[in-house]
Amino acid sequence: MATALTRKDFVSDQEVRWCPGCGDYAILAQVQKVMPEFGIPRENVVFISGIGCSSRFPYYMNTYGFHTIHGRAPAIATGLKITRPDLDVWVVTGDGDGLSIGGNHLIHALRRNIDLNILLFNNQIYGLTKGQYSPTSEVGKVTKSSPMGSVDFPFNPITIALGANATFVARSIDVEQKHLGDTLKRAHGHRGASFVEILQNCNIFNDGAFNDVTDKAIKADHQLALEHGKPLIFGKNRDKGVKMNGNRPEVVTLGNGVTEADLIVHDETNLGLAFMLGNLQAPMPTPVGVFYAIGRPTYDAATNAQLAEARAKQGEGNLADLLKRGDTWTVN
Amino acid sequence: MALPPEAAGHAAESSGLGGGAAAKPHARRDSVVIRFAGDSGDGMQLAGMQFTAESALAGNDIATLPDFPAEIRAPAGTIAGVSGFQLNFSSREVFTAGDEPNVLVAMNPAALKANLDDLPPNGVIIVDREAFTEANVKRAGYASNPLTDHSLDKFQVFQVDVAKLTTAALHGTGLNNRAVFRCRNMFVLGMLSWLFQRPIESTVRWLEGRFKKTPELLNANLLALKAGFNYGDTTEMFASSYEVEPAKIVPGLYRNITGNTATALGFVAAAVQSGRPIFLGSYPITPASDVLHELAAFKNFGVYTFQAEDEIAGVSSAIGAAFGGAIALTTTSGPGMNLKAEAIGLAVKTELPMVITDIQRAGPSTGMPTKPEQADLLMAMYGRHGESPIPIIAAATPADCFECAYEAVRLAVKYMTPVILLTDGQLANGAEPWLLPDVSKLAPIKVEFASNPDGFLPYKRDPETLSRPWAVPGTPGLEHRIGGLSSEDQTGNVSYSPANNELMVRTRARKIAGIAREIPPTSIFGDANGGDLAVLGWGSTYGAVREAVKQMRDRGKSVSHIHLRYLNPLPADLGDQLRKFKKVLVAEMNMGQLLKMVRADYLIDAIGCNKIQGRPFKVNELINRISRSLEG
Repeated sequence: MATALTRKDFVSDQEVRWCPGCGDYAILAQVQKVMPEFGIPRENVVFISGIGCSSRFPYYMNTYGFHTIHGRAPAIATGLKITRPDLDVWVVTGDGDGLSIGGNHLIHALRRNIDLNILLFNNQIYGLTKGQYSPTSEVGKVTKSSPMGSVDFPFNPITIALGANATFVARSIDVEQKHLGDTLKRAHGHRGASFVEILQNCNIFNDGAFNDVTDKAIKADHQLALEHGKPLIFGKNRDKGVKMNGNRPEVVTLGNGVTEADLIVHDETNLGLAFMLGNLQAPMPTPVGVFYAIGRPTYDAATNAQLAEARAKQGEGNLADLLKRGDTWTVN
Repeated sequence: MALPPEAAGHAAESSGLGGGAAAKPHARRDSVVIRFAGDSGDGMQLAGMQFTAESALAGNDIATLPDFPAEIRAPAGTIAGVSGFQLNFSSREVFTAGDEPNVLVAMNPAALKANLDDLPPNGVIIVDREAFTEANVKRAGYASNPLTDHSLDKFQVFQVDVAKLTTAALHGTGLNNRAVFRCRNMFVLGMLSWLFQRPIESTVRWLEGRFKKTPELLNANLLALKAGFNYGDTTEMFASSYEVEPAKIVPGLYRNITGNTATALGFVAAAVQSGRPIFLGSYPITPASDVLHELAAFKNFGVYTFQAEDEIAGVSSAIGAAFGGAIALTTTSGPGMNLKAEAIGLAVKTELPMVITDIQRAGPSTGMPTKPEQADLLMAMYGRHGESPIPIIAAATPADCFECAYEAVRLAVKYMTPVILLTDGQLANGAEPWLLPDVSKLAPIKVEFASNPDGFLPYKRDPETLSRPWAVPGTPGLEHRIGGLSSEDQTGNVSYSPANNELMVRTRARKIAGIAREIPPTSIFGDANGGDLAVLGWGSTYGAVREAVKQMRDRGKSVSHIHLRYLNPLPADLGDQLRKFKKVLVAEMNMGQLLKMVRADYLIDAIGCNKIQGRPFKVNELINRISRSLEG
């Protein structure tokens, strides 16, 4: 590349139309900030989205972009990536788009390990349709469509992704700029489908849904930052940790005979551990960071390898020969 | 054995060498219609297809109609499990697989019962006698054994101990009973090959390929095939064999082809011609899956096949591939079309080229998955929300699927639009000889991606075709965003301007309507300057309609045939041509969908000729209907 790109190069000329105060702004800013670091020419970057607030994202990126239909972004991105493995393809989706109407496409893109970067903005609410409960809303949530409280048991995006055999599963938070940036970089560096759940505040219909992990006064006691090879320590004073008690995790305070050596050491390649961490919920801390990351051949590379192999073995296809395949006869 | 003098439904030009030919070693026939019928597992489709290949190589004109149950293996010996394959081979040009068989091969009582109604008096029945056990007879719903109770007296019945003879032929091969039993179809094929003087070399070659890795099965099948052939020659049961001379058809190099294979080859040809890779996103569905299978084998042509998680992902992945510059395809049948509708609307709105193939089957809902129908026309026309016009092309014969698939791709990339290709289950599995096209003479398919950033706008249109540029990711300076939201003319930016929305909707409609400029003028078979009646058809009804119209004309009636390939837009001159006829009869396998379109578009008082039985029109049904219309 002749000149290094900057954040501004990735800002499109379109006016951003999310509600003032929406968590999406912070995510957009962070994505635009990290893009230049990848050293990929803008023209080779494609953002694909479905429908919902988050799915307006591509309009604001000065790259190629495709705002598609509800839930189908992973499928559309799959077709693009298979035929154009040279492109850097991102999918932006939400909890309704990705886990409700498009749940099927998401899990299949993950299991196939298509080399996509999938960002799921989870605000636990339907925002664009003005405030119905979503597949990640908690039981009991009172919304316009659940006046007596939702009786719908929610999905957990992390364990859905793990259950779909994703090869990269991470979580970050809209306002945690550095953590989000680092997580995006890890996701981008992963070959295969990278799944990042981003906890995102909808200040209009579900304000404060993630207060415990975003409120500066208390977040340190509720966020558990995962780091490969490091013990699970958290807390304002970094004096709390997670250890196994039998086959269940528990929170302990360091000291009084409890040392770091007693804590669980994070291992991104351990699927069982990833599931356990993915299932942690209050009063346990909320893990953020990379739950799981392993290498596995990607569908797109394997498919292109088959095409190359077919050409190597059979030669470049000849149309006239193909039409004549099988028994032919001549009529004089 | 004596065949009836001529296949029913053909003009009275009998060879005169028919009935009573018992003393002659070779009796001549113009046309013969054979139906092979047996349990789904009896291999009758296979025997039928190989007999078809042999007949094609013998130089006959042919048309076939497979008819199989949706169940893969219904309980053995039941009517539900009967699978059939009908073949019409002739020394003349044939248009259909024949109204009724001259020869019925029934491998068990159920196969006999399921097909007997279609057999004319004096028709030939060949049965496997041993299959008519008491239990099998009962299972088929017969009160008594039809071979002995005289209920078949008006037919010529030939009872052959197929199982016993096959077992004897395979004696010493060491195969178990089940494997031996499965070779019965080759014995039958061999016997019929002798009876109709078919060369069996092509079947031998085919078996050699199929059983390359299992020499013991190859040997067994060859033994059964040859035993059947020799049995025909030596048994005194058949007093003569029959000869159907080669047909006088256009000179050239031919192969036998089914509609689904032709469709796949048409797509490959278009991709090669355009210099772009193919991407097919598809979910398995009857009767479309064969196109996926075919294309999956052409990887060295740069063909990507993606078996998607569902119908929606099939079309959506194709849209993604189209965005990236591939020749994008999805294939399905009716139920899948419903599911794809929203995504097709996105392709219309974003003006991305792709071909959606709907291999129609009998509905509604799951309907009769293996049976043909033409009831998806109005869905293809209107089955999306909002104003979303799409060009529609329909293939008329199995071989025509090649040209139509090719043309669909050509239009899609030229006009930057999704195109719907309609075929049906009859075309998909039916076969006919195909005159191989000269590859160098295929219409050009020019793909030019936008590359110049100066003045580039994603919706800046070609002044003639009104198509927008194909600007694929990876092109420096053309970064842009498209989407389903209403977008501004030229820039494609999101726009809620009322006037702009109407402009864009009308412009897309004009773009599609403009395709009529390159649709050839309507061709009339019959009275070019008009007459008493024109039968208007589309799709797979072609053969039956053409044959019926020919026979009416032979009787001196002023009846003509107009067959449409382009259903949207319709040919520019169609209204004027139809108005030249006193009556217009629209023949289609639905409740009158094209009928509605021509009545609405041209204010012509056309009348319908409709059949919704999951079976093609019979020639005689059409003749009766045409006759009534002429009188009425």
